[in-house]
Amino acid sequence: MANTKPVTTSLLARRKSTDTVFKGLCYVATALGLSALCLILGSLLSHGVAGLNLRVFTEITPGPGSEGGLLNAIVGSLIMTVIGVLVGTPIGVLAGTFMAEYGRYERVTHVVRFINDILLSAPSIVIGLFVYELIVVPMGSFSGLAGGMALAIIVVPVVVRTTEDMLLLVPNQLREAATSIGAPRSVIIRSVCYRAAQAGIVTGVLLAVARVSGETAPLLFTALGNLNFSLSLGSPMASLPLTINQFASSAYPEWQSLAWTGALIITAAVLLLSIAARALVSKRNGP
Amino acid sequence: MSAFTSSANVASANGAPQPNGAHSVGATSGVAIHQAPAAARDKLTIEMLNFYYGQNRALKDITLSLRENEVTAFIGPSGCGKSTLLRVLNRIYELYPNQVAKGRVMLDGQDILDARQDRNMLRARIGMVFQKPTPFPMTIYENIAFGIRLYETLPRSETDGRVEHALRGAALWNEVKDKLNASGTSLSGGQQQRLCIARTVAVKPEVILFDEPCSALDPISTSKIEELIDELSAKYTIAIVTHNMQQAARVSQYTAFMYLGELVEFGETQTIFTSPKQKQTEEYITGRFG
Repeated sequence: MANTKPVTTSLLARRKSTDTVFKGLCYVATALGLSALCLILGSLLSHGVAGLNLRVFTEITPGPGSEGGLLNAIVGSLIMTVIGVLVGTPIGVLAGTFMAEYGRYERVTHVVRFINDILLSAPSIVIGLFVYELIVVPMGSFSGLAGGMALAIIVVPVVVRTTEDMLLLVPNQLREAATSIGAPRSVIIRSVCYRAAQAGIVTGVLLAVARVSGETAPLLFTALGNLNFSLSLGSPMASLPLTINQFASSAYPEWQSLAWTGALIITAAVLLLSIAARALVSKRNGP
Repeated sequence: MSAFTSSANVASANGAPQPNGAHSVGATSGVAIHQAPAAARDKLTIEMLNFYYGQNRALKDITLSLRENEVTAFIGPSGCGKSTLLRVLNRIYELYPNQVAKGRVMLDGQDILDARQDRNMLRARIGMVFQKPTPFPMTIYENIAFGIRLYETLPRSETDGRVEHALRGAALWNEVKDKLNASGTSLSGGQQQRLCIARTVAVKPEVILFDEPCSALDPISTSKIEELIDELSAKYTIAIVTHNMQQAARVSQYTAFMYLGELVEFGETQTIFTSPKQKQTEEYITGRFG
């Protein structure tokens, strides 16, 4: 006893100091991450709010040295994001459904999952160039349609992944129970599995929206950007990320101010979507 | 090992050799009918059934019959094939790859393992209640109505009546009648299990398979389910897998003892529990192994 006690004490002391160091590192890392986020949000707010007024939403982007708004960019972003989500979501949900339900035990599912993961992490500029070759060159012009399709290609792998993951979380017992009252497969998937995985799938779609609404690279070679107001899917279309990219690097203070405001608008929109997504999930997981 | 199966065959042949269904009419109208097992006819007959998980043979030449409007209990140590056998009877094993059943399972003279049989219609006739309660992610009302709507298009008022009837049949109506629009998952475990039974009953099956229906429940819920099974046996042919031998003795008229994929002994519950013919059965029942 007398022999072992000093050893135990030194061991305890060492564990305590290791514990303190580890805890300290965790705190520092958290503080670093949070302060970066706060700095970004702070500068966005301080620079962006100043330029925030009604004209931002009612006037189109101004020429150099004059005042204006972001109407064409906001509308363009909305249109292309909606196209991207409307095209990408059904493909993603159905492909994810195939992988989790019909093809769960098939080899092709592993291959699709692997390719999907590659697509998920593909540089978005590559997707822009792909759509440039596929749509812009044959059509002969940059277009909002091409921009929307490029965004759709980014939406698909995100939605495939979350849909598959969420459906795999649905317990097999539920499928067996529905099967055992004689429900056909498609009814089970629609009425039971989708319902059980609903919150997760919707969250996946919202995440995809958040992701594409900030994308610049895939739009460079597809939608190009437009200084005028345009609703035509066949012609170049403005978007917030492209406008920010162009205005922020300009020499005109009016443009720089609008770039800040545009960045604030995107951030706020994504933040609202994330909050909505979280509210949805907690509502489902709550009592 | 052939001795086990042949003795089981003998036992089943001795049990109720009447193929004529005339007596079953009396059985359905009665209340406490299970005192007269001889009146029952064979509802479901399993003949030389073998089951494979890939290369692994999980059921070996099983032959036995479930009698109409009687409760047949399947007992035996874990992994002996009881649940596997139950999962063959409504072909639910087909959800998974590499699972194959060979042999014949005759429901009223039709082979349900025949590939031409419509699986969904078969499952409407043979319902199943699982070990863990599995309410669907919908309201209590919808949990029941979902199954009804699979087969019938009814006006709302008639669906309401059917839902109530099913819930009453599962002794759950009084507890949920004021919260039919609450989520099925908001109920307690025992209530959820009765909801699952109501859901099964609502599609008007002929046979109900219970796969350890009480193993996740407390004693009070368990006794409610057992009473319910007893009541249900007036209308349905019932098979129940259980690890609880007292439960088997309480609820069943016939008991099958299985071991390592074989049917060791099958006969009237009273006989199996008081004077089993096989030494293995006796050892299992008295708790010496398993």
